[in-house]
Amino acid sequence: MAARKSADKKPSKSNTSKEELLDHYREMLLIRRFEEKAGQLYGMGLIGGFCHLYIGQEAVVVGLEAAAEEGDKRITSYRDHGHMLASGMDPKGVMAELTGREDGYSKGKGGSMHMFSTEKHFYGGHGIVGAQVPIGTGLAFADKYKDNGRVTFTYFGDGAANQGQVYESFNMASLWQLPVIYVVENNQYAMGTSMQRSSSTPDIYKRGEAFAIPGEAVDGMDVLAVKEAGLRATEHCRAGDGPYILEMKTYRYRGHSMSDPAKYRTREEVQKVREERDAIEHVRELLLQGKHASEDELKAIDKDIKNVVNDAAEFAKNSPEPAVEELWTDIYA
Amino acid sequence: MATEVLMPALSPTMEEGTLAKWLVKEGDEVASGDILAEIETDKATMEFEAVDEGIIGKILIDEGTEGVKVNTPIAVMVEDGESVDDIAAPAANEDDAKDSAPKETDRPDGDKAPAQPTRQSAPPETDIPEGTDMRSTTVREALRDAMAEEMRADDTVFLMGEEVAEYQGAYKVSQGLLDEFGARRVIDTPITEHGFTGLAAGAAMGGLRPIVEFMTFNFAMQAMDQIINTVAKTRYMSGGQMSCPIVFRGPNGAAARVAAQHSQDYAAWYAHVPGLHVVMPYSASDAKGLLKTAIRGDNPVIFLENELLYGQSFDVPEMDDYTVPFGKARIWREGEDVTIVSFGIGMKYALEAADALAEDGITAEVIDLRTLRPLDYDTVLNSVKKTNRCITVEEGWPVASIGNHLSATIMERAFDYLDAPVINLTGKDVPLPYAANLEKLALVTTKEVIEAARAVTYR
Repeated sequence: MAARKSADKKPSKSNTSKEELLDHYREMLLIRRFEEKAGQLYGMGLIGGFCHLYIGQEAVVVGLEAAAEEGDKRITSYRDHGHMLASGMDPKGVMAELTGREDGYSKGKGGSMHMFSTEKHFYGGHGIVGAQVPIGTGLAFADKYKDNGRVTFTYFGDGAANQGQVYESFNMASLWQLPVIYVVENNQYAMGTSMQRSSSTPDIYKRGEAFAIPGEAVDGMDVLAVKEAGLRATEHCRAGDGPYILEMKTYRYRGHSMSDPAKYRTREEVQKVREERDAIEHVRELLLQGKHASEDELKAIDKDIKNVVNDAAEFAKNSPEPAVEELWTDIYA
Repeated sequence: MATEVLMPALSPTMEEGTLAKWLVKEGDEVASGDILAEIETDKATMEFEAVDEGIIGKILIDEGTEGVKVNTPIAVMVEDGESVDDIAAPAANEDDAKDSAPKETDRPDGDKAPAQPTRQSAPPETDIPEGTDMRSTTVREALRDAMAEEMRADDTVFLMGEEVAEYQGAYKVSQGLLDEFGARRVIDTPITEHGFTGLAAGAAMGGLRPIVEFMTFNFAMQAMDQIINTVAKTRYMSGGQMSCPIVFRGPNGAAARVAAQHSQDYAAWYAHVPGLHVVMPYSASDAKGLLKTAIRGDNPVIFLENELLYGQSFDVPEMDDYTVPFGKARIWREGEDVTIVSFGIGMKYALEAADALAEDGITAEVIDLRTLRPLDYDTVLNSVKKTNRCITVEEGWPVASIGNHLSATIMERAFDYLDAPVINLTGKDVPLPYAANLEKLALVTTKEVIEAARAVTYR
């Protein structure tokens, strides 16, 4: 067991295929364009309530999905649109849930923060900070009980990392050697409170040490580094060695939610990350530099993605509101 | 001076026990701290130590004697040179001992507190075939049997909680389950209610059927967010895709002299929440039949037991698969003059009151709701339409109680049938005090039920 820091280490790019890079590019771009569209629809009043955008953090979920196998599970907080798209859920169904319509994944009854897909092994979408951590641990418990070789990616943020139930979960996961990967998406701000103002120690990946859980810090803006770390973690879990912690150093470009004016940080800070560390730009450069794709080919991909997102938005606008009878369904079996 | 050694109370609710074994004999010298005997309670076998030094003058209760009441003299200790013959017959002192020492296990029953747990026999259930053999079973055994039967039938059912496995259950409810089902399915958890409740939610979403034992429901407060925000709401929030079929069970309500933080009735709290089923059995047959239904169902269930009822025996039908449906109240006793509605431990007071009222010619119809969500409104309303009077009995606090909700329902749906206001008998609006006299005053009593029945019948 050792906590290690791999954030500064650049992964080798030679063994990453052209197809793989293009897949990462497409998936990250889909998330970004989808979220931009969701932001627009929110501004138009078509999406209500809380809406937490994933823009900036795309490499985390895309890299880890590349390390996952069929049947692996994932669960996250309310900043969940990216996870759903990356797990293969239909953008139309996700967007229709955002607009509260009957074709949404939860028939319009869950909204942005509460969406699920049994088919894609996506277990939500949870609105209470940190609550998904023991639940994800329980999903892993079920896998171990069934001895099916599956792992669960349990995502939470730097804010949730200060919830007590996280450490209750660490203890049980290590005690019972559960196949769960705790993915800390450290975007540096818990709503408006920075890490240094909320956390006594800066390295969340080391917080498993007390429970003998190995952890590592990862450059969460580098999709290839994320994937490699994900493979190390899944291998550890599948070997029956218990839980693993990955702290993804990432950044969100938008506010905590749509209604957050983000006065707690400077425009310059955000701009600097966008210019220097953007995950999509990084892969774009790799594709162009490696002559894997031309500008025109990338433009064509951009156009495809834009169409997918526009179709999803149109679908979500036109899907009817849930029938009034739905008020009373799905409470009991 | 010779002193009596009394049968000790070894738990807050112990009323009697078995003197399993003497580890000393007459004439032995003992020092403080020496083990005198092994005493078996309904929960465990405990060693009983000498408090003072002395010589065992006489053993009054033979080993192997069952049902020895707390505070009964079991031996006499003498000092050096003293003769046992000098001592007065211990039987003469027995009553004194009982009167002077306030029994830790006394229940606040008003004037009619029976010393013995009453063995109630209920009218037969309509769904039990005629001629079915009945077996006297404690609530504790009935709960264990229900879990064991369902675990045999379905490998996805497992039990987790604090001390459920190797300790055999803090209240011995899970006794024997580890031996039969092994550590994969009977799991001791760390003391981590919030965490293991969330873990159970995930396990349920992942296709298992957890039974989560809370050592008492007081500790479930630590897990309230997971119970309400995750477990109760997942089916709705996921548009019916996922659910959390978990049974949360354990003792609820006041035990005996464990004071404010360990004595609380959560019936009304959980009954407030759509998405949960809430069950609170009184008898052993209901405990068994309802728990089997709970484990088998696809909904989350809050199953509220009562420590004081664990050791009480009731007839349970000997059937391969005895289940009791949710949402069906049980009429324990038919009557014409007043309807008494209760559930759980409240039934004890309701039935005792009905007995007393009958002596005065007032016949009470006593209804055990059994499940609070779903709630069998029709049985209550039909009874009220017949008796025109209703009182409700529960241990929880008065504000926003189950009784309040029933009163409102009766007002809305049977207003013209009422000949008197509905009276809600509840625990008092205070944290439960420790002092024996204050504890009695804080809890609902049989006497209060009798008085309320007289008030609504104007007799």
